Amino acid sequence: MTKNTRNGPSGLNASRRQVLLGGAALTASLFAPNGLLAADYPTDQVNTTGLAVTDDTVTIGILHSVTGTMAISETGSVQAEKLAISQINDMGGVLGRKIDFIQEDGASDWPTFAEKAKKLLVNDKVASVMGCWTSASRKAVLPVFEQYNGFLYYPTFYEGLEQSPNVIYTGQEATQQIIAGIDWVVQNHGAEKFYLLGSDYIWPRTSNKIARKHIDKLGLKVVGEEYYPLGHTQFNSVINKIKLRKPDVIYAIVVGGSNVAFYKQLKAAGIDMTAEDPMLLTISVTEDEIRGIGGENIVGAYAAMKYFQSLDNKNNVEFVAAFKEMWGEDMVIGDVTQAAYLGPWLWKAACEKAGSFDVDKIREASPGIELHTAPEGYVRIHENHHLWSKTRIGRARLDGQYDVVYETAELMEPDPFPEGYQ
Amino acid sequence: MRAGTKILTPAEILGFVVLALLIFAVFPIALDIFRLNLVGKYLTYAFVAIGLVLCWGAGGILSLGQGVFFGLGGYCMAMFLKLEASTPEATAIQSTPGIPDFMDWNQLTALPIWWEPFNSFAFTLFAVVAVPTAFAFLIGLAMFKRRVGGVYFAIITQAFAAILTILIIGRQGYTGGVNGITDLRTLLGWDIRTDDAKYVLYFVNGVLLFVCLFAAMAIKKSKLGRLLIALRDQEDRVRFSGYDVANFKIFVFCVGAAMAAVGGAMFTLQVGFMSPSFVGIVPSIEMVIFCAVGGRHSILGAVYGALLVNWAKTTFSEAFPELWLFAMGALFISVVLLFPNGLAGLYATYVAPNVDTLINRLRPNSRAGTPKDIVAQGSPAE
Repeated sequence: MTKNTRNGPSGLNASRRQVLLGGAALTASLFAPNGLLAADYPTDQVNTTGLAVTDDTVTIGILHSVTGTMAISETGSVQAEKLAISQINDMGGVLGRKIDFIQEDGASDWPTFAEKAKKLLVNDKVASVMGCWTSASRKAVLPVFEQYNGFLYYPTFYEGLEQSPNVIYTGQEATQQIIAGIDWVVQNHGAEKFYLLGSDYIWPRTSNKIARKHIDKLGLKVVGEEYYPLGHTQFNSVINKIKLRKPDVIYAIVVGGSNVAFYKQLKAAGIDMTAEDPMLLTISVTEDEIRGIGGENIVGAYAAMKYFQSLDNKNNVEFVAAFKEMWGEDMVIGDVTQAAYLGPWLWKAACEKAGSFDVDKIREASPGIELHTAPEGYVRIHENHHLWSKTRIGRARLDGQYDVVYETAELMEPDPFPEGYQ
Repeated sequence: MRAGTKILTPAEILGFVVLALLIFAVFPIALDIFRLNLVGKYLTYAFVAIGLVLCWGAGGILSLGQGVFFGLGGYCMAMFLKLEASTPEATAIQSTPGIPDFMDWNQLTALPIWWEPFNSFAFTLFAVVAVPTAFAFLIGLAMFKRRVGGVYFAIITQAFAAILTILIIGRQGYTGGVNGITDLRTLLGWDIRTDDAKYVLYFVNGVLLFVCLFAAMAIKKSKLGRLLIALRDQEDRVRFSGYDVANFKIFVFCVGAAMAAVGGAMFTLQVGFMSPSFVGIVPSIEMVIFCAVGGRHSILGAVYGALLVNWAKTTFSEAFPELWLFAMGALFISVVLLFPNGLAGLYATYVAPNVDTLINRLRPNSRAGTPKDIVAQGSPAE
């Protein structure tokens, strides 16, 4: 208990046992500065639209794939969201109410996502949903959220070109990941020739489009651009082309299981990323993916993200410790996992600012909400429902972690519809 | 005897009546609109399963690519709905307003010419059935005329499913890629997302399903149906008797494709989008599983199979989000091990004799629909 109150504002060291004991919630509500009492927020006033809110609980949904091909990526998000929920409950919950959650499995299948989203909104009347990972799943649930006026916190870095009144995008949109990354390799490594490649769907294609425009603007050269179907495992031909055209930078946006084949074959073909000839910059490989790829296959590669597990700040040290305590010492935390962790906290802040669980009021309250306790550092919600965040460059280590070698001085403004990049 | 087989037996009539009661009365009364909409979705798979009963159960043609036809039907409908949703006003934020959003993301600046006809609803309705059927005809012509059959045919249909998926995902500027065609709103100005619309669509779906059921029954009961069973069991003998086996196979394959396509179009209307995840190998095999669970020799069984498997999928996954796949696996294994003829086999063994006794008691003169008949029709021969 003492431990809990001492860490009250961030609540990051709260152990799982305390959550389970339940008494922690009461203590926290007495001592933690954020602890609000449900009595001050009568249910009929904070919930005028029939959401699943009682005098002492509020129910939200978690909608990710925990089965199927995406499970390996999305499990981290589920874990982060559950951690955030238990920490918030430790601090007294939201508007004095404990958060209950209903978890549904999207099963890596977009129609299933739509079905489950509808179930959460229509049947369970959840106050908000933390969920989705791929763009396809988000596109599938978007009409559902807009029709039934639900509120979704979406954690993944994605292609932009979207701004829904019913979604808060806690990951980066494409420009936030790409522009600073390319500027950095140009300024610090004198890169002039780029080889763009990626998996064949909207996110890599849109990202590479922005990358190409930016490279053009800098007066530099793209020597190749190629796409491979999801799940593709034969990269020998592109590796040969890379060797032939000798780019300075391989700009790789390969996703999912293809990554394993791609990096192994790169290494087998004698491309030594530690020697930076050519160097490799990716925006699709987080610590989670490296677990599958194997550190020895990707050591030396650079990644442009907003978060790395090795980030050295107080928030992050506490977050990593709490995450490992809850889910096991061998867990790794990638960019998206951290962004997923922000979801419940941003929602809590919005509810408290609005003094209500009503979706319309939360939407109104959301822009301008700040989070000083985010593991990535300070974040703020932009008018366009995306987050202001920094771009960071990490270099892959043998042990599967990244060394942070660069971060932008300022927060990057989210710009989902970038002028001149479309 | 031939005249007798053309008319529905009392037991079969009873089967239709029970199913009609279930679909048109019990479900709409017992379920709220969210669940009813899900049942409507499950029933769209029943269209595919009925087609498979004809192709596989009766004709012995195992197609592992029915998702292709389901998907083509669904995509035709989705293209129409997407064009209707992409008015210049609704898409004002795009670089090129007035074209579907995914085209804009992929730097298309004009509607591709082969999308144009889908502005017409009449053409769309025609295309929903005609495109998949024509495709099935071409596949059938190429395969069956060359006497490709059995396992080879199954593998080739699977290849078609894979090819079409890759094509759709690869040409994302024209097809929406892996995201599919999403955010469909209205049909001729009528909002298909409201609860009222969902009810209407559910009943339209139910009626179409019965049209397909009767059509399938008519085919099974006709001389053609007899021929299909004959060529399933002894293809050479049918050929030596002077029949052009390939034509029958092509015909039944096209019928299966057309039914799957109608299901796909109804799926798009009820669910509100279409994506390549219904076209590929996995969904196509799932569709065969619906048919197998229902009993591949029984037309009505196919409907129950689609309902049961999908209902189980929804229920298990809601109850055990992380373990539900194991429950599904257990269901399939137990069906295959314990009831190799699916639900229909179960029915034929345990329920039908009692039903027949009952019917015979009510109508002492009737001799139709004895269990022996059902067994004779249903004997597999692979």
